[in-house]
Amino acid sequence: MFLTISTSGTAASPATDLGFLLHKHPGNAQTFTTSHGIAHVFYPEADPERCTAALLLEVDAVALVRRGKGKGRGGAPDAALAQYVNDRPYAASSLLAVAIGNVFSSAMRGVCRARPEAPAQPRSLRIEVPALPARGGPDLVRHLFEPLGWTVTAEPVALDTEFPEWGDSRYVGLALESEALTLSEALRHLYVLLPVLDDAKHYWVSSEEVDKLLRAGEGWLPGHPEHKLITSRYLSRRWSLTRQAMERLELVRLAEADDSEVEEIDNAVAEETEAEEKPTPLAVQRREAILDALKRSGAARVLDLGCGQGQLVQALLNDPSFTEIVGVDVSMRALTIASRRLKLDRMGERQAARVKLFQGSLAYTDKRLKGYDAAVLSEVIEHLDLPRLPALEYAVFGAARPRTVLVTTPNVEYNVRWETLPAGHTRHGDHRFEWTREEFRAWAHRVAELHGYDVEFTPVGPDDPEVGPPTQMAIFDISTATVCTAKEAKAA
Amino acid sequence: MTETQHTGRVLPVTDLSLVVLVGASGSGKSTFARRHFKPTEIISSDFCRGLVSDDENDQSATKDAFDVLHYIAGKRLAAGRRTVVDATSVQQESRRQLIDLAKQYDVLPIAIVLDVPEEVCAERNAARTDRADMPRRVIQRHIRELRRSVRHLEREGFRKVHILRGVEEAESATVVTEKRFNDLTHLTGPFDIVGDIHGCASELDSLLAKLGYRDGVHPQGRTAVFVGDLVDRGPDSPGVLRRVMSMVGSGNALCVPGNHENKYGRYLKGRKVQHTHGLAETIDQMDGESEEFRAQVREFIDGLVSHYVLDGGKLVVCHAGLPEKYHGRTSGRVRSHALYGETTGETDEFGLPVRYPWAEDYRGRAAVVYGHTPVPEATWLNNTICLDTGAVFGGKLTALRWPERELVDVPAEQVWYEPARPLHTEAPGGQDGRPLDLADVHGRRVVETRHQGRIAVREANAAAALEVMSRFAIDPRLLPYLPPTMAPTATSHVEGYLEHPAEAFAQYAADGVARVVCEEKHMGSRAVALVCRDTEVAHKRFGVPPGPTGSLYTRTGRPFFDDESVTEEILGRIRASVDAAGLWDELATDWLLLDAELLPWSLKASGLLRTQYAAVGAASGAVFPGALAALEGAAARGVDVTGLLARQRERAADAAAFTDAYRRYCWPTEGLDGVRLAPFQILAVQGRSLAALPHDEQLALLDRLVEHDPTGLLQTTRRLHVDTGDPESVRAGVDWWLEMTGRGGEGMVVKPAGAVVRDPQGRLVQPGIKCRGREYLRIIYGPEYTRPDNLTRLRGRFLNHKRSLAIREYALGLEALDRLADGEPLWRVHEAVFGVLALESEPVDPRL
Repeated sequence: MFLTISTSGTAASPATDLGFLLHKHPGNAQTFTTSHGIAHVFYPEADPERCTAALLLEVDAVALVRRGKGKGRGGAPDAALAQYVNDRPYAASSLLAVAIGNVFSSAMRGVCRARPEAPAQPRSLRIEVPALPARGGPDLVRHLFEPLGWTVTAEPVALDTEFPEWGDSRYVGLALESEALTLSEALRHLYVLLPVLDDAKHYWVSSEEVDKLLRAGEGWLPGHPEHKLITSRYLSRRWSLTRQAMERLELVRLAEADDSEVEEIDNAVAEETEAEEKPTPLAVQRREAILDALKRSGAARVLDLGCGQGQLVQALLNDPSFTEIVGVDVSMRALTIASRRLKLDRMGERQAARVKLFQGSLAYTDKRLKGYDAAVLSEVIEHLDLPRLPALEYAVFGAARPRTVLVTTPNVEYNVRWETLPAGHTRHGDHRFEWTREEFRAWAHRVAELHGYDVEFTPVGPDDPEVGPPTQMAIFDISTATVCTAKEAKAA
Repeated sequence: MTETQHTGRVLPVTDLSLVVLVGASGSGKSTFARRHFKPTEIISSDFCRGLVSDDENDQSATKDAFDVLHYIAGKRLAAGRRTVVDATSVQQESRRQLIDLAKQYDVLPIAIVLDVPEEVCAERNAARTDRADMPRRVIQRHIRELRRSVRHLEREGFRKVHILRGVEEAESATVVTEKRFNDLTHLTGPFDIVGDIHGCASELDSLLAKLGYRDGVHPQGRTAVFVGDLVDRGPDSPGVLRRVMSMVGSGNALCVPGNHENKYGRYLKGRKVQHTHGLAETIDQMDGESEEFRAQVREFIDGLVSHYVLDGGKLVVCHAGLPEKYHGRTSGRVRSHALYGETTGETDEFGLPVRYPWAEDYRGRAAVVYGHTPVPEATWLNNTICLDTGAVFGGKLTALRWPERELVDVPAEQVWYEPARPLHTEAPGGQDGRPLDLADVHGRRVVETRHQGRIAVREANAAAALEVMSRFAIDPRLLPYLPPTMAPTATSHVEGYLEHPAEAFAQYAADGVARVVCEEKHMGSRAVALVCRDTEVAHKRFGVPPGPTGSLYTRTGRPFFDDESVTEEILGRIRASVDAAGLWDELATDWLLLDAELLPWSLKASGLLRTQYAAVGAASGAVFPGALAALEGAAARGVDVTGLLARQRERAADAAAFTDAYRRYCWPTEGLDGVRLAPFQILAVQGRSLAALPHDEQLALLDRLVEHDPTGLLQTTRRLHVDTGDPESVRAGVDWWLEMTGRGGEGMVVKPAGAVVRDPQGRLVQPGIKCRGREYLRIIYGPEYTRPDNLTRLRGRFLNHKRSLAIREYALGLEALDRLADGEPLWRVHEAVFGVLALESEPVDPRL
């Protein structure tokens, strides 16, 4: 990974002063050992008119992967996550920022013993980063640097010129120019914004990072229009990513076994659930509609099948008329989050006795689900491939057979009303299908008839006269079948 | 031995029963128990008292002690082990609890009473230090209670009561173990099990003739077994009874009762029963028979045993089906289930009770053959089969040959009786879409395999597999196999190489494998294809609803193509090749399961290629021109950057080589244009696993398949045979690999020519060892892995876990194929397949 810092000069202030400012003599190539490799500083050009310093970090990719191998037989999290095939040796990531902090620490602090007044002087500066990983693309690069007084050139890099259909990579070739900034400011901008743009998964965050951010951001971060994004990307995201990564190692391995990325299969917990309107988020309306229907059914023992992060379980817990609440999900990660959200480990005994969370799957029948008053399948069916739906139907309506079943699913007709949703797109990347009202009704009637239920429908959310509500709900009630006596049964 | 002949009482005790000893303290129960039963069969209340309180005589611990006693007894009875309870049991309440326990586990409660004089008891207690101070009134109370109880024991529910009066009788008695009536495990048949006859005497004669019986006797000594419902509805119930009774009487047949015999039997005994469901016809027909015959019928029905366990426990025959926990058990509940089955409590639209689909839940190893519920076709479900094919309703009369598992049937001569509902009506929900049960896969499991014994699956791995299987995999019915992972060759020390075939050949030589076959490793994604001859075969053999003709899935069971029509087109082309090559007939099958590689890799792995591989290429491509130019600039200025510049040039070259490496796995496809499938093994066909078919025979079959594909979809697998003991041959193998990988090939897999092979110690050898090409490994170990210092470090890789995993997954895969070939129930196949997926989530270096 590589960047250059250039400045132009005058007779009064020759460009070669860059050497003093950086504390690195232009006549030498110097080498520094950093935690992730060897940093080299050298000057491709050094004239009074123009001087360029280059920082080149030789990253040891093999060491980067093997570093995490402490805990036995490749079982350590980093061994499963880190790849030898890694852009770290090439891309200007957080590792380069760390190198800037090490190699140019005095310049960053604005200290220069030889020319004490120089660091405070703005200079003509040009910084080039040929391979800058930028989550958010050239636009975000501009949004981050322009408010700081940089003239920004950000060119996207193609993924592979032999396969133009693959489009652009997440790298941009970056050039920054300014006449008004000091070198110290420039270096501190890079120190913070390189990792923010990289937004990489493998970053070792310690509590010192907060202090580092405050120091490097002094004077420019608080007033930055994107300071929230900068702060959260710099700190919090990485925490949770690291934690998430630890929680899903088994899935990481299954994804790898199938040449896919873990995000492709571990997507049960969505970061942004769906395009939702601000005033009354649909999720809240849905929850209220479900609670209302459950109350009317008189259910006390309720299954939340596909409970996700446990929002509905939480709402049910708040109502004492629900005496037993069981949250079931196939995603262990969702259950972990739900358990954390409900604070199950700190709940009082009586409350805790009302709620259970366990892993289950509606692709299999499950004896633990028998004998409940009601089951809720909220935004669940659309996450199954259509050919697998009959298995769910039997598992719920045929085997578990609760008295009442509530099913909610998106109404695809309403999608035209989402302004943010491109035409033809589903509301969530994992939706295998989204149904019209008619399709949903046809399915519900067939299931009801096959399994001996009666079914009614309720809109959830604003019921648009043309396209209907955003969410559709079916309420199934078990048909009051004549219960035959044992004698009749024997006679047949 | 004394000289007197043994004249004591003989007490028959059933082999599976709960034996309750009844007697006062000091009456000699423990001594009696020790003399007649195994020490592990006996649970004494004193011992349990000691367990919970450290004092066998601590009466305050009695409640806890009995909780423990009942718990242990329950575990033993559930496991089918006779249990003897050594407690006073003189109070009715304590006996009632034991009788309930026996009922709960469907075993016979048996009482053995030791009625010994008070003085003897007192004397014996006095001789024991721990009981010396027991008040006399305690013994008196015991004896009082015992005398009061004795007459009521049978009424309380004991099915056998042995009362031993006095010391002499107690000491001279002997216990003999009796088999249960339903235990005919010693009979091995062969059997011909006949479904519900319902008075269709003529059809019965035809069926027996077709089965080879002459006048009720089979020349090869086969035994007929009737599943009951001989009578009612049909034209000649007396004729059927006469035939069956005579065959049973002469030892040529067995018969279990159906609900119709049972009801008729009650009628014959003078009970009030409704003359419905065809009973009226039987009564009419029997009125024309002699009183003597009716008496014989009554006696015959009275003597019928609810179900039989036959053929070493492999076969259970009863009328209405029986869950495993009732096999060989004896209780009213078992009899009732055997006669009537279980109902859900609901009624269907015809007003008939809805039957509980017990066979869905059945997971037992014994085959259960039954009748009772008329179905259009007899089909196996979870190792159970219903033989009632509605002969009396105009269907057919069906028999099952055992152990051949062949069905033999004769059509009904006419509709003798109009059915109350059509034959195809099923329980609510029907058969379609009925999923497997979570208990078959969930949590920590141990899978028994034929080739590698017990293989454990950890809970966390099963949980991950459950998520992937539930959310992404195809229908388990079309997913009968998942391919195992494969170990790489031992790390090479040849300069510049991390993997090299010399080690693979050496490893097989060390394992005693002389002949190996090297197969080209295709540059694609692993794919398994289930190809059925048509949708009807898929429906009949694999039980899926009409539509698909098979499946094409990845190594974690996901569909290869989201679009089903693309899958069908590929299956169609394979099918056409199988047709043209004449393999259906040659392999006597109408489906095949193929292990293959689907190309190009970019077809499936495009996400990974773009975000990981191409990204690295793009970043390196962007960074090096500037960095090299800067270094050259500095060098031109006289700055000493020689070493750094040279190194960066090498790195740039490595990065370019990496980009070339992944590009070889990418080419554009349009529909199926550009898509290729390279099959390298036929895993299974109808009734046979081909996993052990030697690889040259395999490849010969597959070559014919490729030859007969005019579309260019199918691609051949290049191969070379190597003799691991011949240096010349080994050198040729190495050269072949060098040549192939030198041109950018992925590498090769070395397999023992004989397929499933064991080493001289009897351990399974690796079914294949991969030797990946030097350039290909850049995609795995990074662009710069070939730098000498990197190679040195990478050589420290750890292979043993990967090898062990490869063997365990291989054994599970073989097991899945064997179970599939044997026609075992879906849950058994799925259990092994699920195990492979779960093991794939074990922590193993993913680069191996």
